[in-house]
Amino acid sequence: MTDSARIIAYRKRQDWVFSAFGIASTAVGVATLAALLITLSIEGLPWLSLHFLTSNASHNAEKAGILTALVGTLYVMVVTFVTAVPLGVAAAVYLEEYAGRNWFANFIEINISNLAGVPSITYGLMALWLFGFMFGLESTVLVGGLTLAMLVLPIIIVTTREALRSIPNSIREAAYAAGATKWQTIRYHLLPYSLGGIATGTIIAMSRAIGETAPLIVIGAAGYVTRLPPPPIGATPPFVSFDWLHASFTVLPMQMFNWTSDPDPGLQQKAAATGLVLIVLTLSVNAAAIFLRYRVRRKLKW
Amino acid sequence: MNTFAAPRVPDVVMNDPPSRSARAQETLSPTPAAERLKADVRGLNFFYPQRQALKNVNLPIPERTVTALIGPSGCGKSTLLRCFNRMHDLYPGNRYEGEIILQPSGVNILSPSVDPMEMRLRTGMVFQKPNPFPKSIFENVAYGLRLRFVNQRAVLAEKVEAALRSAALWDEVKDRLSQSAFKLSGGQQQRLCVARALATDPEILLLDEPTSALDPIATSRIEDMVYALKEQVTILIVTHNMEQAARMADYTAFMYLGELVERGATAQIFQNPHNPLTEKYLTGSFG
Amino acid sequence: MSVASAKRKITRLRPRRGDKGRRRAVREVKEWTAKGVLAAAAGSSVLITLAIAGVLLYESSKFFAEVSLGEFLLGTEWAPLFNPPSFGIWALISATLVTTTIALVVALPIGTVVAIYLSEFAPFALRETIKPSLELLSAVPTVVYGYFALAWVTPALKTFLPRLDGSNMLSAGIVMGIMIIPYVSSLSEDAMRSVPMLLREGSYALGGNKFMTAWNVVVPSALSGIGAAYILGISRAIGETMIVAVAAGNQPRFTFNPLEGAQTITAFIVAASQGDPAHGTTAYQSIFAAGLALFAMTLSFNVLGYWLRRRYHQAY
Repeated sequence: MTDSARIIAYRKRQDWVFSAFGIASTAVGVATLAALLITLSIEGLPWLSLHFLTSNASHNAEKAGILTALVGTLYVMVVTFVTAVPLGVAAAVYLEEYAGRNWFANFIEINISNLAGVPSITYGLMALWLFGFMFGLESTVLVGGLTLAMLVLPIIIVTTREALRSIPNSIREAAYAAGATKWQTIRYHLLPYSLGGIATGTIIAMSRAIGETAPLIVIGAAGYVTRLPPPPIGATPPFVSFDWLHASFTVLPMQMFNWTSDPDPGLQQKAAATGLVLIVLTLSVNAAAIFLRYRVRRKLKW
Repeated sequence: MNTFAAPRVPDVVMNDPPSRSARAQETLSPTPAAERLKADVRGLNFFYPQRQALKNVNLPIPERTVTALIGPSGCGKSTLLRCFNRMHDLYPGNRYEGEIILQPSGVNILSPSVDPMEMRLRTGMVFQKPNPFPKSIFENVAYGLRLRFVNQRAVLAEKVEAALRSAALWDEVKDRLSQSAFKLSGGQQQRLCVARALATDPEILLLDEPTSALDPIATSRIEDMVYALKEQVTILIVTHNMEQAARMADYTAFMYLGELVERGATAQIFQNPHNPLTEKYLTGSFG
Repeated sequence: MSVASAKRKITRLRPRRGDKGRRRAVREVKEWTAKGVLAAAAGSSVLITLAIAGVLLYESSKFFAEVSLGEFLLGTEWAPLFNPPSFGIWALISATLVTTTIALVVALPIGTVVAIYLSEFAPFALRETIKPSLELLSAVPTVVYGYFALAWVTPALKTFLPRLDGSNMLSAGIVMGIMIIPYVSSLSEDAMRSVPMLLREGSYALGGNKFMTAWNVVVPSALSGIGAAYILGISRAIGETMIVAVAAGNQPRFTFNPLEGAQTITAFIVAASQGDPAHGTTAYQSIFAAGLALFAMTLSFNVLGYWLRRRYHQAY
């Protein structure tokens, strides 16, 4: 039995060593995240003030703020949200509830999986050509928002499909048995039940869109804008204006990129401060998604 | 009465099944020769995180015999089997109470001081469905040996061949030992799993419904093989197939709702069950 | 009672049925519209792919009318704005290869070890905490990673690699690798966890420990899923833009020395589109040709990855 004791001791040690290895590997990621936050904080935190958040961009490092970028991000996200979410959810419903196992569904399936892996910059090239050359549009809020909408569409489709797939067939059968049509089943049962999953996917998609830079550079979005887009609500009739859609814009990551490549060290610190705002924004949005996913998972026990 | 309670002597006679004398009188079948115990389950309770699955189970396991565990599904027969190699330790929240004494050492398998790995090194197990590893036929059988640091090519080859012969698979695979185990048929895969379990010379072979996923021909081959194996090793088999138990087992234990209702020589259990519950089950009134 | 009045009476009696019929018709129209609209939405994803491929091919075809395919595929000098210009894509591919390789050297081993650890070793509660925290790594905007590589990793590496350029492929590659870890670990872990418990029990029952079980049984069983995870990682690394644009340098240079700076395909596209080249010029078209090269590289990996994922989904 000393023999088996030796074997056990060796195997235990082996497990222990690998565990240590695994924890260390996990720590690499966490440590990097920490180092990144510390670096950004050291450089950027002193600049983070109300003034920074409420001032327009400037070449003067002292004065420069990110108001235009913040507002630009907000506007672009509205366009992205309004276009990508309905389109993505509709596509997912079709693929999950209508499409059978035919060649068309198969083709779309491969296509979406592939789209999700296309480098984001490629979307920029397509948008540059389509909007800029074909439609003769400048790089406006509308163009930027649509570009990002195309980019995040696969994310929304995939997560919505997963949410729909997790609804057991008994729910569908129950609805049909009660005389509901397919569309009624979807409209009154499947969509409401999968709302949590769809919301999670949407948040993740938006967080991705907030941080995206490359395609916006390609479509010619500015890294430096000193004027805010016109407000959507006016004091004079008709009160609502869509002029902001056609205004030029910048977003937070563009602003950061612009300042990162500036030789002025003051502006590079502003880049760090912008990065801090950006990372807080995306990480908190992601944390919200994780929290939501956790809630949805816990609530739904079919 | 406590003052008179003698310390348990790991003596074979003391652990004789209570039904022994009754059986001898009835002479229902050639009774197994006076045997030594390999293991003895005493007052075993087992708890899954949410419920108790075994209630005060007592079961002697004579050496080099086949003991069958029968009963309706969910009665705890697989749970009992998996106590012998501490399989339940793989999942959090499971708890044992009572003991399984392994002979001749007299060690309690379930004691926290016994490493689960120790028991797994000393037992072999075959599961409901064949579960060959994604390796070659040879490496599947050699896996347990390699875990025990047996690495010399010649020793491995010899032991693998012996195990495959014991599992009645050698002739079918001797020319393709380096092929993937997935290329074998379901019945062959299951015999490979038996060979894998035998290669390490286990003291106890645990069979958890080994034929439930197999067709009748493959099933009968496994049965023949197991029958032949009891010369070498103590076998515990879970089955829901009562004919199978009747054909193979020296002893049969009937379990119901986590309790061991009755245990005795197979012939006695099938022809003259003492407990009305056993009779009901065997006559197909429930289960 | 005249026939007409009888008819009127019947038609008056009928409305209910007619109503029902009409309602059914309305319902049917609704059903068909819904299906049509939904199908169109699903089709839009195909349109996007077609648009991407179409635009890249169209502009590239004009590019290849000016520049020979041989020069593009074999040349090692890339200078679209020189006179005469040169268009050897290898000057860009070399940098893409170097940064991608460094990223994979970081991400694949670490990602795999993390996946094995989380799937086979970590207790449930720990896994449920670590997994989302790791996923945050891929949520950080890449431009922030670029800044991090430039402002912290490069100076840190310089302390023991004094010959490191200010912009270099090494630090960009390392940071990119760390960003990719969750892509690799998450998908690999999913694949490992879909390996049935029965298989693990087979190994444990023989006296195997966690490591031997993971290494001999779980990993080989999940191989195609792990392969798909690797391929997703590779495809990400090839297409990653902002980290290399900020930290790896903007000089097209045919070099495999990671200590130097060089421009990747993606960084070139960023730099060139910032220069706002006029439509119709070869310089403008060269961006699309570079984009096509990028698209072709990632597409082939994506298709391979998709095929592998399917295989492991079918296996269990």
